[in-house]
Amino acid sequence: MAQSSQATGGLASIPALLQRNAVLYAEKAAYREKEFGIWQTWTWAETEKEVEALALGLINLGVNEGDFIAIIGRNRPYFYFAMAAAQSVGAVPVPVYNDSAAEEMEYILGHCGARFAIVEDQEQVDKIIEIQEHLHQFEHMIYIDPRGLRKYDHRALHEFSHVQNQGRAAYDEFIAELKTRREKLTYDSTCVMLYTSGTTGKPKGVVLSNRNVIESAKNSSEFDGLGADEEILSYLPMAWVGDFIFSIGQAYWCGFCVNCPESADTMMTDLREIGPTYYFAPPRIFETQLTNVMIRMEDSGDLKYAIFHHFMEFAKTTGEQFGMPKRSLAKPDMKRRIKNAWRYAMGIGFAAETIIENSIRLFFAKLRHGKKTRENFKAKDPILLNLYGGKLRDYFKYRMGAVLVYGPLKDTLGFGRVRVGYTAGEAIGPEIFDFYRSLGINLKQLYGQTEATVFITAQPDGQVRADTVGVPSPDVEIKIADNGEIFYRSPGTFVEYYNNPESTASTKDAEGWVATGDAGFFEEGSGHLRIIDRAKDVGKMADGSMFAPKYVENKLKFYPDILEAVLFGNGKDRCVAFINIDLTAVGNWAERNNVAYASYQELAGHPKVLDSIQEHVETVNKSVAQDPMLSGCQIHRFLVLHKELDADDGEMTRTRKVRRVVVADKFKDLVDALYDGSTQVSTTTEVTYEDGRKGSISATLELRDAAVVSTAAKVAAE
Amino acid sequence: MSTQESYVTEDGRTIGPTVMEMKNITLRFGGVKAITDISFDIREGEIRAIIGPNGAGKSSMLNVISGFYVPQEGEVWYKGKKRPPMKPYQVAEQGIARTFQNIALFEGMTVLDNVMTGRIRQMKAGLLSQAIWKGKAEKEEIENREFVEKIIDFLEIQAIRKTPVGRLPYGLKKRVELARALAAEPSILLLDEPMAGMNVEEKEDMSRFILDMNDEFGTTIALIEHDMGVVMDLSDRVVVMDYGKKIGDGTPDEVRSNQAVIDAYLGVAHD
Repeated sequence: MAQSSQATGGLASIPALLQRNAVLYAEKAAYREKEFGIWQTWTWAETEKEVEALALGLINLGVNEGDFIAIIGRNRPYFYFAMAAAQSVGAVPVPVYNDSAAEEMEYILGHCGARFAIVEDQEQVDKIIEIQEHLHQFEHMIYIDPRGLRKYDHRALHEFSHVQNQGRAAYDEFIAELKTRREKLTYDSTCVMLYTSGTTGKPKGVVLSNRNVIESAKNSSEFDGLGADEEILSYLPMAWVGDFIFSIGQAYWCGFCVNCPESADTMMTDLREIGPTYYFAPPRIFETQLTNVMIRMEDSGDLKYAIFHHFMEFAKTTGEQFGMPKRSLAKPDMKRRIKNAWRYAMGIGFAAETIIENSIRLFFAKLRHGKKTRENFKAKDPILLNLYGGKLRDYFKYRMGAVLVYGPLKDTLGFGRVRVGYTAGEAIGPEIFDFYRSLGINLKQLYGQTEATVFITAQPDGQVRADTVGVPSPDVEIKIADNGEIFYRSPGTFVEYYNNPESTASTKDAEGWVATGDAGFFEEGSGHLRIIDRAKDVGKMADGSMFAPKYVENKLKFYPDILEAVLFGNGKDRCVAFINIDLTAVGNWAERNNVAYASYQELAGHPKVLDSIQEHVETVNKSVAQDPMLSGCQIHRFLVLHKELDADDGEMTRTRKVRRVVVADKFKDLVDALYDGSTQVSTTTEVTYEDGRKGSISATLELRDAAVVSTAAKVAAE
Repeated sequence: MSTQESYVTEDGRTIGPTVMEMKNITLRFGGVKAITDISFDIREGEIRAIIGPNGAGKSSMLNVISGFYVPQEGEVWYKGKKRPPMKPYQVAEQGIARTFQNIALFEGMTVLDNVMTGRIRQMKAGLLSQAIWKGKAEKEEIENREFVEKIIDFLEIQAIRKTPVGRLPYGLKKRVELARALAAEPSILLLDEPMAGMNVEEKEDMSRFILDMNDEFGTTIALIEHDMGVVMDLSDRVVVMDYGKKIGDGTPDEVRSNQAVIDAYLGVAHD
């Protein structure tokens, strides 16, 4: 394995990078947070001061080298300061999902033996106090938002700004100590510990060294040509490795600016205000945004509706060619600006003509069709566009579309400036993926995991497709085992699972190869990796054919009205499925069609909803039957669940991946009913509310048969 | 006036001396007696609840405090001085703000603008200066906006800052109204049924805001509420009214064991 034993230019740790940035990019924005309606900015020089003050304050509180400091809150600059401060004093930051229930936190804090926690507000303080008696080693808690905490016992509870002030006051006393500790950090000291979300069993603490984080950040930044002028919006959980790499690793390496939204609810507005140049989101976010766009287009006027669909149809085939941003700096220079203005100007004349001509046509269409105009009216290209032919015509048409549709839409979505966008974590629907790419957003896929410090494979510019996850990232070696499982080895390979040598040994072998647990193969020709499913989820049906649930579920989830699907059938003779409807999409449909409903449960059980889901299931069956290897995975029977699968009930991980085993166990009665042929089943399910209280909901569900394509018949037909 | 000592409650809040005292208030509408000879006091920093069955005269009482009604008999003492009959805006200038049972917001204006109207008392710049938005007016607006943003942050309504109020659901409107009242930096805040028509979750949120408000800003709060659970949990002292008369006054525990109160709520035959 090619590994440098020395760090580049002595930059062996995050605090060292911070020192560099404080000089190199002193006056450049490092962090922004919207607070009180205004974006508040910290420059790199200010960031360094804040981090130093907190680090001194932590020494003052008695933080030792090697201590673990839990960090619990939503994305805010203070927590990023806290991570760097913890590293500066030789402690290890352990970010924890802030929406975890108290007992989940108890496990993590107990497992790493954290003595300190830096938390956001009263809600988190209350959770820790609740579990504190079980945590013997736990000592001090630091909070950021003092609201509601005035009356609390402050012997072991400190306000963030007070800790910083005490640190500043004790500057002379501790600065020498801080410098010594900072200098002791090497390329192999622990940088951070991140707990896996734990699809199966208890979460494991993944220890990542400075080498892991800095090498990965360096390689990936070079891969995508990231520079100091990037803007990112950090809104994904801080406990997730991706956020750590983007908002700390790459941000510190490149010196770019991290923006934190005002609150979870304002994320979309803030995204639009910032206009990130480098963006990351799980497929779910792209799906939601696309659903919202489509819903709002349904509500728009006939002219807008027709023009939108006309140009979106056109962009499907031409977006890749004309829309993609040219490789350039995040901040365009004068030449690029003039070019952009020129590109825009190319579209304006034709855009105006399109609107005028189509308005006139729409007027006559309305006279003729009345209320049925929408179905009968299609937008047309302007007549003058016929002056051009071939590729030139397409070029002008795309420029025109950029003025009328693509540009405004990208701006509304907050993607106006995105140069590099990534989606990962789950498969993304090809239609969704193509939609964003045809708008001219350079959305790519990557494949990674916590143990690899994110990057295993990524798609290079110009080689992007919906069904692969790209080629191995720089310095990453990959091999595929006989059973299809993917193994990798890279500078980002994690050090160990904390306090868990057995798991470490079973995941990482002596030569440094790590098992991903995913099954996949390299595509011949392109050299791109394709993922089939989790290796352990891939099973066999009773007749010996392959059972790959994720493959079918993803096909189902690509429909906007299906939020989640869970397929069963390992070892059985046929497959059955649970479906979760998407309340936004189906609710909107219900409103439009005057279908009355009072609750999620009622909507999920509505016969019309079941009809449309059945249609989707049958279409998916047809598509699955195309693949001879997987044709056994067609869905014979299905039901629509009466509740949304939820992380609070343990049915999903905090990163929203379905816990297959838990679901199968919890809804055993429903699975059995699907197999025994009954048409109705009554069930009661326990649910956990956000505040930890329990309740139960009962429902009678309708079970439906779905038509399957008989493979035997297909063979006969051929 | 009253020389009561300050004391500290169990949960660590300081309750100061009396700020407002109602002395033998009687209010009549023509021949109907809405309030008969009621006296009670409100102390600084406390949460004072007024409860009673429908038609007991609670809202009338609140309207007397806020200056909407002028009582025929009795005196209102505020901060150690007897208050002459006043117009509601004069009462507001003295630092008494309120919310309404039926929401009274400007539906077409954004949340931010609605809350900004609560700062009217703090705006001193003249019409001309406001019109050209220079000098004093600009400085004032920035200061006021800063204060309003703190309240928006406090009540967690950042996401709807620029949304017209007419588009909001009921529970959020209530919260916006509270924000507007709070923007006036009142020394006494009157809440007329702040939790009417809310579901359990919204009630919990609202209760938390009321407690936090009292805690953070030290605002004295007088509230009317129907939900007994809420009243007993929130308030330091409770006045109970029935048919325009005061039938109980004291801590929630005292009130709960008061026979007259039990009768009023559970119902006994009236002659």
